Amino acid sequence: MSVTAVSAPIARPGARQAFIERLVAGGFALPALLLLVLTILVPLGVLAYLSFTDYELGDVDLHYVGLQNITAALTDPEFRRALKNTLIYVAIVLPGSVILSLLVAVLVHRRKRTRSLYEIIYFLPVTSTFIAMATVWQFLLHPSLGPVSAVLRWLGIGEIAFLSNPSLALPTLAVIGIWQLVGFNMILFLAGLSTIPKDLYEAAEIDGCGGEIDRFLTITWPLLGPTTMFVIVTSSITAFKVFDTVAVLTHGGPVGSTEVLLYKVYLEGFQYFRMAYASVLTFIFLIFILVFSILQTVVMDRRVHY
Amino acid sequence: MAAVDIKNLSKSFGAHKVLKDINLSIKDGEFLTLVGPSGCGKSTLIRIIAGLEPQSSGSIFVDGAPIDHLRPHERRIAMVFQSYALYPHMSVFNNIALPLTMTGLSLYERLPLIRLLSPRRRRVMQEIGKEVRAIASQLQIEPLLERKPAQLSGGQRQRVALGRAMVRQPAAFLMDEPLSNLDAKLRVHMRSELAELHQRLGATFVYVTHDQVEAMTMSSRVAMMEGGDILQLGTPDELYDRPANVQVAQFIGSPTINLIPTTVGAGGRLELLGKPLQIDTGLQTGEKATIGVRPEMILPGAAARQSPDQVSLAATLRRSEHLGSEKILHFDVPSLPGISVTSRIGAGVPDAEVENTELLFNPSACHVFDAAGNRVDAQSQGASSAAPKGKLRLAEGARAS
Amino acid sequence: MTDTSITAPAIAGTPTTPAGSAGRRFASLFITHAILITGAAFILLPFLWMLVTSIKPPDEVFNAQLRIWPKHFYGFENYAMALTSAPLLRFALNGIIVCGGILIIQLLTAIPCAYALAKLRFPGRNLLFVLVLLGLCVPEQVPALPIYIALAKMDLLNTYFAMMVPFFLSVFAIFLFRQFFRSFPDDIIHAARLDGMSEFEIVWRIVTPSAMPAIAAFAVFSFVAHWNDLYWPLIVISDVNLAPPPLGMMFFSDAEAGTNYGALTAAATILTAPLLLAFLFARRRFIEGITMTGVK
Repeated sequence: MSVTAVSAPIARPGARQAFIERLVAGGFALPALLLLVLTILVPLGVLAYLSFTDYELGDVDLHYVGLQNITAALTDPEFRRALKNTLIYVAIVLPGSVILSLLVAVLVHRRKRTRSLYEIIYFLPVTSTFIAMATVWQFLLHPSLGPVSAVLRWLGIGEIAFLSNPSLALPTLAVIGIWQLVGFNMILFLAGLSTIPKDLYEAAEIDGCGGEIDRFLTITWPLLGPTTMFVIVTSSITAFKVFDTVAVLTHGGPVGSTEVLLYKVYLEGFQYFRMAYASVLTFIFLIFILVFSILQTVVMDRRVHY
Repeated sequence: MAAVDIKNLSKSFGAHKVLKDINLSIKDGEFLTLVGPSGCGKSTLIRIIAGLEPQSSGSIFVDGAPIDHLRPHERRIAMVFQSYALYPHMSVFNNIALPLTMTGLSLYERLPLIRLLSPRRRRVMQEIGKEVRAIASQLQIEPLLERKPAQLSGGQRQRVALGRAMVRQPAAFLMDEPLSNLDAKLRVHMRSELAELHQRLGATFVYVTHDQVEAMTMSSRVAMMEGGDILQLGTPDELYDRPANVQVAQFIGSPTINLIPTTVGAGGRLELLGKPLQIDTGLQTGEKATIGVRPEMILPGAAARQSPDQVSLAATLRRSEHLGSEKILHFDVPSLPGISVTSRIGAGVPDAEVENTELLFNPSACHVFDAAGNRVDAQSQGASSAAPKGKLRLAEGARAS
Repeated sequence: MTDTSITAPAIAGTPTTPAGSAGRRFASLFITHAILITGAAFILLPFLWMLVTSIKPPDEVFNAQLRIWPKHFYGFENYAMALTSAPLLRFALNGIIVCGGILIIQLLTAIPCAYALAKLRFPGRNLLFVLVLLGLCVPEQVPALPIYIALAKMDLLNTYFAMMVPFFLSVFAIFLFRQFFRSFPDDIIHAARLDGMSEFEIVWRIVTPSAMPAIAAFAVFSFVAHWNDLYWPLIVISDVNLAPPPLGMMFFSDAEAGTNYGALTAAATILTAPLLLAFLFARRRFIEGITMTGVK
């Protein structure tokens, strides 16, 4: 269908043109819109609906149960534990990955010859197939076979069962999470650092602000504000969505100490097939993510430049 | 206030030599401008003086004491950057106060939270506040103290940058093209403000620009640079009236000086198009030379006062620019192909009268440059000499004398 | 007006000797690299150990010594074992099929939609954009449940299609390309229309080529993200032959649980290598693509 602006002999060329434009636009947007409806909106609706039923996979019929699922979720000790675990995980990964990546970014930013090398090294975990690396971590931390334990034995501390000790498993996963996130955040910080004009540092040097700490406090940190907030929010969202390490390394154990929110959803929905209950959990998960996302948008708009 | 001496300064970036053995003595209290085309090394030189770049060789002295090993803030200089480099997240007050807080407070007194423990800090900050306000009122930016740089106009930002420099009471002010980010009218205004500021403070100003008008109007002395060398150092008048070489002659003065190729004839007398000019030089016969004539010294017949020993060139008008009080005329000279001659005359003469005309100039108005482009002092004959009387006719279509 | 007590200390100038400042510079350089190298060691440790273990024979693995090079080079055996006892190449192939399929549909649906949002006027345009923004906030795990139920009912589990379905739509791609298209000069499009080009042709032959950098970066982002995805494949796939790399690795790891670390790390190396090598070759594109989420 050819759309020409000039040659069509019409009484009101503008109207016809506009109509065709709308038709074409509709056609362009239709596939995406269809997918959007089918893969996001309808599922959301189904989730909402299922939350108020007692559906389990394979059921022939389902019944309306009102708020029963919701109250069950909020009082379920396992769910609360999952939520608590997730929040603890975020509480460790967030400061760890943000502070470390900021430190590394600031140090790497000034290097000239070694900068590429460090960038590559720190970014490797992001590109690696995480499940594969998770398996390697499992071996690394193995109490009898792993090198970490070997070093600990050599230092005289003795073996530590990182992944099978209920109080150590979650922090261990958090360390692995930091390992994976540092390079990514570092790149974001490097991008932010490169937006700070070089002559600000020169003016500061002439003004007496030459030491590293002064430079950082007076110029770098304030001007990195928007980037920092952004990194914090995206890291929170990423950390909140933790699943892979739990699924591969600990399967939620030992004794449920690493059962995180998404893993609980997975168990309820796809192991126990209690779909209705899983729907509620999914919604709670979504609400948390939405809150973080809104924070992200608000923060980006507010702290925009001076 | 202090004198700055630069001795044998060179700077190379890799194989590229940006500054070649610079020697420059800047007097206490003078306004010295470094002017030249892009890439001539002027910005590099000023940054080396500031301590932002190390030199490859050579030394810098302030009041006789070497400063090469001193870090920038120890050198008692202040710099105004082209972009002003104001700290965007700080208020105007804090921008101006920063040099004082950096030097007046120790590190612990500056660290957030910890600084609350220092009793001395409050006292020092009060003193700093007084100084900042004094400077701000001098520059008439007191009402702006609480604003952030983004809320200021270009001229206001520049004054803040000046304030930040002044508050350090430096030995010398370095300015790296501070006016180039302003629009034309504002630039003119700020030029006079800066000149007045210089007079008021009596400080040593080292000013970098590529704009020769700024150089001419503001400076006590000008150093013209090109390709890493200082081509000429002198007062603006000296550079205009006695340019040391062709580059200086071309750079200073607007419209650009007219350069006409000549050859050296018998006895060192210059010849134009085969006919001798009344200019005697010490050059060898057969060498090439160039004469430079300022546009206001080469006039079409209708506008010129005729005198017997003037040189005449037949010319046709190619384009004229009307500037209100004067005109700039661009002529093609058939006998000098490829050379365009510019003339500047008062607005009274209509274009039609100069369509096809003779261009006249006095030999005494010529600057002579040798084949290498360097100035040659020459004798030009006056009207009373024994040279042939009457106008020299160098082209066809002569007028009756 | 001067209070010299403030400005005196530093302005009087405590000149640092050349040796002092050089010493200071060296110290700061030393500390910098010490910190960076420590961090780098932490980062590289798993990779190094993965490579090292993959060439060790089982007895050395169980000896738990801190050796770098094994006494007995067992690399061939380990890698052969990994390749035969688990269909690793099959996993990689599955990865390519799934990620490639996803990417193609993503581009085919997102580019026209983004163009319409950026350049054309139609009723519901704003509503559509709001929906897109909303979609950005919804992580993949949320619609998983209902889509799974639907697929189960349609008996489409355990298929390539099932693995790709939730990702056919990339709201991120729509958002990203819309930004890009918005800055594309309208005049070129008007000229093309005057020349008789249909909108369809305009989109694919004129506007899309100019967006190649953004498309390339997005392609990297999408490919890497789905290559590494575990959650959805875990849910819909139980057939080993269809497993993409992460799931395949998990199957293999479960099968070899606790025993053959040599083969396990060999498998890990094989599965990690493609992306890593691609990264080393096309570092700029990679970083651009992956940090596109930053641009979000």
